[in-house]
Amino acid sequence: MSSKTMVSFMLNGSEVDVVVEPRELLIHTLRERCQHTGPHIGCETSHCGACTVDFNGMSVKSCTLLTVQAQGAEVRTVEGLAEGGTLHALQEGFMQEHGLQCGFCTPGMLMRAYRLLQENPAPTEAEIRYWMAGNLCRCTGYQNIVKAVEYAARKLRGEAAETSHPLIEADAANAH
Amino acid sequence: MIPRPFEYHAPRTLPEALALLGEHGDTAKLLAGGHSLLPMMKLRFAQPDHLIDLGGLAELKGIREENGVLWIGAMTTENELIWSTLLQTRCPLLVEGARQIADPQVRYRGTLGGDLSHGDPGNDHPALMIALDAAFVLQGPAGERTVAADGFFVGTYATLLGPDEIMTGIRIPVPAPGTGHCYAKLKRKTGDFATAAAAVTLRLAGSIVEHVRIALTNLGDTVIRAVDAEHALSGKPFDASALDEAARRAMAACNPLPDLRGDADYKRAMAGEMTRRALETAHQRATNPARC
Repeated sequence: MSSKTMVSFMLNGSEVDVVVEPRELLIHTLRERCQHTGPHIGCETSHCGACTVDFNGMSVKSCTLLTVQAQGAEVRTVEGLAEGGTLHALQEGFMQEHGLQCGFCTPGMLMRAYRLLQENPAPTEAEIRYWMAGNLCRCTGYQNIVKAVEYAARKLRGEAAETSHPLIEADAANAH
Repeated sequence: MIPRPFEYHAPRTLPEALALLGEHGDTAKLLAGGHSLLPMMKLRFAQPDHLIDLGGLAELKGIREENGVLWIGAMTTENELIWSTLLQTRCPLLVEGARQIADPQVRYRGTLGGDLSHGDPGNDHPALMIALDAAFVLQGPAGERTVAADGFFVGTYATLLGPDEIMTGIRIPVPAPGTGHCYAKLKRKTGDFATAAAAVTLRLAGSIVEHVRIALTNLGDTVIRAVDAEHALSGKPFDASALDEAARRAMAACNPLPDLRGDADYKRAMAGEMTRRALETAHQRATNPARC
């Protein structure tokens, strides 16, 4: 049996110390020790991206990273996306554009899109699809996820963030 | 999903890493991006007793040009290759190839040196490196040696890298002006290894092919340099019959294994098609670089 190691990292702005076996995967530490259960596990072959977190400015699949590799790292999970109870533009976009159904891929989708929009604040549809390709979704067929990312991109650029669903707007107008 | 227990080492310098490797020998594995090794460990295909993490070695990172040769640190990630303005202008084949590898998250972690050292015939960099006439710098206890990409890959998961050596960098001669290039990869979906892929560099003197290199991915137990196919073009006009002959010879050079990506006949046929497409695109780019 291998000896345990103390690992310290920043998780959503707070310092975390954990004592882990070297073989422990970051996803398990986040979920089981830190009780950040937003990141999910959808596979064991590093394909699905449900475990995606932001790690030192990179989108990483936390199922393919050892917790011991997180020593000194800055980690952000979906739990750290909203600020003061206000949803991040991406969370709002996924809601407005119906970019989720079962919600299992959503935390990983959000965290990947979070990094994507910092690297490319005005992506084309093709760029969104290409740079989100590490995240699988079984429910949505991706169309509304693309719209959700576009919505968030517009909002983060300070442009009018209008939903692409005219019926929702019409309903909202009628309600007044 | 759960790897077997192991001891973890995080050396800060190359000598430290080499000493650990010497100390633990066959029971140790080098951890680079971890996107081939950890998946194998999670499935218990690999069960090392020691992992030596190279992530702390700054000297294994970076991309620079020195006297007409590009030096890329072995721990340089795929995304760093893609986003390198130096590579975009000086070695666009590498950027085109890296964009077809895995997915964004994997590309933040997976490294050029790891892709090469793994020795998986499904990996894309071996063919790209052969097409680019690259060489690899290997550091061992007795010092440094440099070996050519062409010849480095000796079998499935087998390379010339010794068990006590660490690949520190990759050297690529900057392709001469007017060099066309292409990496044509057939895959079932994003992130998949190739059903068949061809890496090509090609240069013309007038209408005559002055230089051509063709390397094939995932079409045998290791990467294949299609030397006969090169001979079908070299020193000849680039025309339909030469192209047909090159594609035929590329197919003949393959020895694909049947799997879920297809049987041997299909893969061989696709090797010919990818070779043809890569050559055509490389030829267009060599003829009219401004438009590509």
